[in-house]
Amino acid sequence: MTRSKAKQVDSHRQSLNSTPREMTGAQMVWEALVAEGTTVVFGHPGGAILPTYDALAPFEASGAIHHVLVRHEQCAGHMADGYARATGDVGVCIATSGPGATNLVTGLATAQMDSIPIVAITGQVPTNLLGTDAFQESDVIGVTQPVCKHNYLVTDVNELPLILKEAFYIAREGRPGPVLIDICKDVQNAKGIFRYDFEIDLPGFEPWPSYDLGSLLDAAQIINAAERPLIMAGHGVKLAGMSQELLELVEKAEIPVVTTLLGTGDIPETHPLSLGMGGMHGEAFANMAVQGCDVLIAMGMRFDDRITGRLDKFAKQAKIIHFELDKAEVGKNVMPTVAVIGDLGETLPALLPLVSERRHQNWTQTLQAWRGDTADSDIINYEGDELTPPFVIRQLWHATNTAKQQRVLVVTDVGQHQMWESQYFIHEKAGQLLTSGGLGTMGFALPAAIGAQMSDRNALVWAVAGDGGFQMTLQELIVLQQEKLPVKIAIINNGFLGMVRQWQQIFYDKRYVGTPILTPDLVKLAEAYSIPALRVTKPEQVVAAYEQAHATPGPFLIDFRVKEEVNVYPMVPPGAAVDELIRRPKPGMVQGYSGVQPSW
Amino acid sequence: MKYTLVAWMRDKPGVLSRVSGMLRRRNFNIDSLQVSHSETPGISRMTFVVDGDERVVDQVLKQMQKVVDVTRVENISDQPTILRELALIRVRTTADTRREIMQFAEIYRAQIVDISADSLVIQIVGAEDKVDSLIDLLDRFGIEEMVRTGRVALARGMRIGSHKAVSSVWKARSTPVANGNRSEREKTGGV
Ligand SMILES: Cc1ncc(C[n+]2csc(CCOP(=O)(O)OP(=O)(O)O)c2C)c(N)n1
Repeated sequence: MTRSKAKQVDSHRQSLNSTPREMTGAQMVWEALVAEGTTVVFGHPGGAILPTYDALAPFEASGAIHHVLVRHEQCAGHMADGYARATGDVGVCIATSGPGATNLVTGLATAQMDSIPIVAITGQVPTNLLGTDAFQESDVIGVTQPVCKHNYLVTDVNELPLILKEAFYIAREGRPGPVLIDICKDVQNAKGIFRYDFEIDLPGFEPWPSYDLGSLLDAAQIINAAERPLIMAGHGVKLAGMSQELLELVEKAEIPVVTTLLGTGDIPETHPLSLGMGGMHGEAFANMAVQGCDVLIAMGMRFDDRITGRLDKFAKQAKIIHFELDKAEVGKNVMPTVAVIGDLGETLPALLPLVSERRHQNWTQTLQAWRGDTADSDIINYEGDELTPPFVIRQLWHATNTAKQQRVLVVTDVGQHQMWESQYFIHEKAGQLLTSGGLGTMGFALPAAIGAQMSDRNALVWAVAGDGGFQMTLQELIVLQQEKLPVKIAIINNGFLGMVRQWQQIFYDKRYVGTPILTPDLVKLAEAYSIPALRVTKPEQVVAAYEQAHATPGPFLIDFRVKEEVNVYPMVPPGAAVDELIRRPKPGMVQGYSGVQPSW
Repeated sequence: MKYTLVAWMRDKPGVLSRVSGMLRRRNFNIDSLQVSHSETPGISRMTFVVDGDERVVDQVLKQMQKVVDVTRVENISDQPTILRELALIRVRTTADTRREIMQFAEIYRAQIVDISADSLVIQIVGAEDKVDSLIDLLDRFGIEEMVRTGRVALARGMRIGSHKAVSSVWKARSTPVANGNRSEREKTGGV
């Protein structure tokens, strides 16, 4: 959530009628959620959280809060995550003690790595049984501490209201993240006084550091003197809602933009100054731009190894300016020349007037030449008889352009298809792509798509997954029925754990150990869940399949039986500099190669 | 190099595990760590020694600040500071060695706090190198058991907690958000 929106939420909460009232801890949970504006929770009940579920009944009856039953708690985390990514607000999930809570861990870790605000509520054994290895007891605080922004064990009902309020505050403010509240069962049953008019007082918690003007002036000066400037835009731009301002900066000073995976669409990828995604599977020209620029302006990103490649060879010629909210990210991986620590929502608008209007003709021409050299057009226009994933993805983009829905969200899983999506789908907006970037969690796509669709039933939500990742969480298909959600699903079915197979091909001499994967008949599977489905095996069937998916109300699944051993290119081998990449071979260079020679 | 850092944190259940978990998780090299009450009720004070370079220390400071219950962190390595450690050492004695051991203790201004037929317990307070050197001397008599507190530190003269930049690694820094009772808390060392 942007800072100004967070402020609005805060003042809204202050204005709520908060006459202190007596109620149970379980009721407090829902009262607080209503106060926070939560209307949907994703969860799974069990013994230790039953009092809280029981107290939900009147809230469900009045329509204030709707509970979505998940089939595995991991997916409660991912659904809350997808909801949060799609709305910018806090997603809420709920689970029971022990196995329910441990199942949540992957969902929390995914959210933590990608700075997604989630509040997770778990039941815990009664206080008198804590520490006794009671039935379904697990040390949830200990287990989730490393994967949460903060967490709480509640052993006294009187502390619960403040903890609930703090939890939402911490999850939402500054760099967002997941916060877990573990509530002992007796606390849920105990009565206490509920109020919600606290002033949050967390000394030392500094979510919105105000920026240093001197640093900003230095940054502007360096930018104004740059001959070959480049912006590297990350998730922070989206979180701060600064796409428009970024575009203004880009056009004012003619600065090209490379994005991270989570920064996809920070400026429209159709823009001439957009170079798309950089890093391990970024286009060669994007990575060459990184290595060739003289000033690199990093905005709301954290120099993850997937974007930097080999660190000691990263952007060596460039002065680096780091705009970042979380000061711990500054200097963690890359030492900037100047850092502007603060909310991009403040620093970017403040930077704009300080940057002079400029053209960088030589630089943009160079980039243009590099771009021409490595254009993806060969691949896209490749007219073979085989069904290839890049073609399937590019056609998805075309299809969504003619769909009747205004808002299009693509939720990808993890693997080759995820990279193909980021390469061949042309993202027009920040936040159009929802994907697990930091943790790279297979199984993310379907539940996150469900979460996103729950927040906006009118959006066109496509889940794109591999045959491997889809099988990790496909049990959630039934949620599409139970909640009547129109999520469309594309399975890029290549018979392998594709990305791992690609590594085995390139780095392990093609020993495909543990990567050939059998998948059930997905059309029949979908039928079992009453979801209309199609199998596509030829390029000429693709367009019609998408049309049918869009024309069919409700959910739809397409099983794309794509060519098996296709690789994602370009590829920066791990440990290499980003310009030491394996280029995308042209069609025709194809067949019968071995080793590092790519297969097209 | 070894840096001495001081952190103040809310005295809540589990806060030590939050901090130590973070230090372990981020692979920082911690030589010693000592926690006790501070002068402010509800606020604990932790002294810890980090082995690393300036960048590592900078990361430790910043990552510590992100732990919600941590209210303040300072690197006091470059300030005039009183550094102390307490050790209790049980040394084997014989009729022949007892006098000599007691003399060593005296030279080091250490105290004999327990005595039995065949051993002595010596208590020493001082900078770590002083403690180390006494331990070296006593070693040949046979140290049966020993406990050390790890480093504790307090700045000399004025109370520490000036608003200097958290890091000297780069010039960019952020000024803290204005906060009503912040200065009051700082007076008490709580924030
Ligand atoms: C939970 C989890 N386990 C393992 C991995 C390692 N991994 C990364 S990509 C990948 C293969 C994914 O295969 P598939 O879902 O079929 O997608 P494809 O790469 O073929 O598009 C694996 C196993 C992971 N990212 N997440």
